[in-house]
Amino acid sequence: MKPAFTDPVLDAQAGFRALMEAMARPGCVQQVISPPDLPEGLEPAAAAAILTLADAETPLWTDAGEEARGWIAFHTGAPLVAEPASAMLLLNTGATMPELATLQAGEDETPQDGATLIRQVAGLSEGSGWRLTGPGIAHEHRLCATGMPADFPAQWRANAARFPCGVDVVLCAGAALAALPRSVALREGG
Amino acid sequence: MTDPGYNFAYLDEATKRMIRRALLKAIAIPGHQIPFGAREMPLPYGWGTGGIQVTASILGPDDTLKVIDQGADDTTNAVSIRRFFHRVAGVQVTTRTAEATIIQTRHRIPERPLTEGQVMVFQVPMPEPLFKLEPRLAETRRLHALGDYSLAQVKLYEDIARQGEGGSAYSHPVMVNHRYLMSPSPIPGFDNPKLHMSPALMLFGAGREKKIYAVPPYTSVVSLDFDDHPFRPVRAPHACAACGSTTSYLDEIVTDDRGGRMFVCSDTDHCAENQMARKAAE
Repeated sequence: MKPAFTDPVLDAQAGFRALMEAMARPGCVQQVISPPDLPEGLEPAAAAAILTLADAETPLWTDAGEEARGWIAFHTGAPLVAEPASAMLLLNTGATMPELATLQAGEDETPQDGATLIRQVAGLSEGSGWRLTGPGIAHEHRLCATGMPADFPAQWRANAARFPCGVDVVLCAGAALAALPRSVALREGG
Repeated sequence: MTDPGYNFAYLDEATKRMIRRALLKAIAIPGHQIPFGAREMPLPYGWGTGGIQVTASILGPDDTLKVIDQGADDTTNAVSIRRFFHRVAGVQVTTRTAEATIIQTRHRIPERPLTEGQVMVFQVPMPEPLFKLEPRLAETRRLHALGDYSLAQVKLYEDIARQGEGGSAYSHPVMVNHRYLMSPSPIPGFDNPKLHMSPALMLFGAGREKKIYAVPPYTSVVSLDFDDHPFRPVRAPHACAACGSTTSYLDEIVTDDRGGRMFVCSDTDHCAENQMARKAAE
């Protein structure tokens, strides 16, 4: 079994601050501290996000391999669920992304029950790509994520239209992560 | 030095994770109140149990913490909380607004403009802005879901009809991101405009009521008002007796029993900075 955070308290705190900054400033790329040795298919940022957020109270769905599933179950105690629709946290490492519309979005009175989708992508960079506007962004922020489904902007529009219900997305690449909270508006860049 | 008898920042890791998850959702849904399992803290309700749990969940060893109580760094509540975190987390503490990365506050926002690197943590006694108008929480949840804030508008209308102006000098409700009505915690109306499009992240914790909510940076925060009766932040029409500031929020201090009074800055750090600047200029 591969180890988790070297310092479970302070590394989780650093991981959370990266996630909090990412969520508060949508599209801003943050760096995280990673566990030293990761199971196959898991990259540092996604692994740190899972260790920071998951525990026995968060039903978790993942398409990662057997080693990663065992690692998550052992270190976080999160119940692994078979259906994306019943998960609170989703860790998506494969090429296909679960449709946002099929995930838990919360109810009008409890929009906080909307799921968090953590997706590993090939690359994240600022300054080009999507044009993001909304809370947390002074004017406009640009984020380029490589390896996202072609219809993601359309899926995101439908997700944002359900506000305050909806799904929040954390994109991870290597040791970098950026977030798209449901409140943010996304246009394809030109 | 950190007290080895406690986990870093006092709370256990499972509690921090639960609060952290609530905080992320609170940021994603600006102004929406999220219930959380508030723990019993080593200080009584009303002294900042909500704020202290939020601070404990976000605090790291590289942070510099400032704690203010009604603008002052040197009152019992502020001194106790600062000492608490110095003991259980070993973090740097400061009274200078400019040096702080996390500012836990009871009922004020510092005068000095906040920056992108700072996080404000508000202690909130009553998170529900409709509480005096609708006592049933099941009903207020529904009103928030529907975005139906007519009760608050009627209350404001009645205040204006009776008194010619809005009736709340503090805790004046705000609309966040044009969607949720939110209590800004009992900050004076004077501070409400500082919430609007602030570069800093604002987190709110209510320990007794077990609610967390947030305003992300650069988010529209508009005090509830009417087009023909725009919201006006009020400050006492005096200059600070200590530093001479005519723009800062003032506390009225009664000096004797013959009606004597003076007005001084509520923000002690801001006042001290002004006095230093004035001394340097002389």
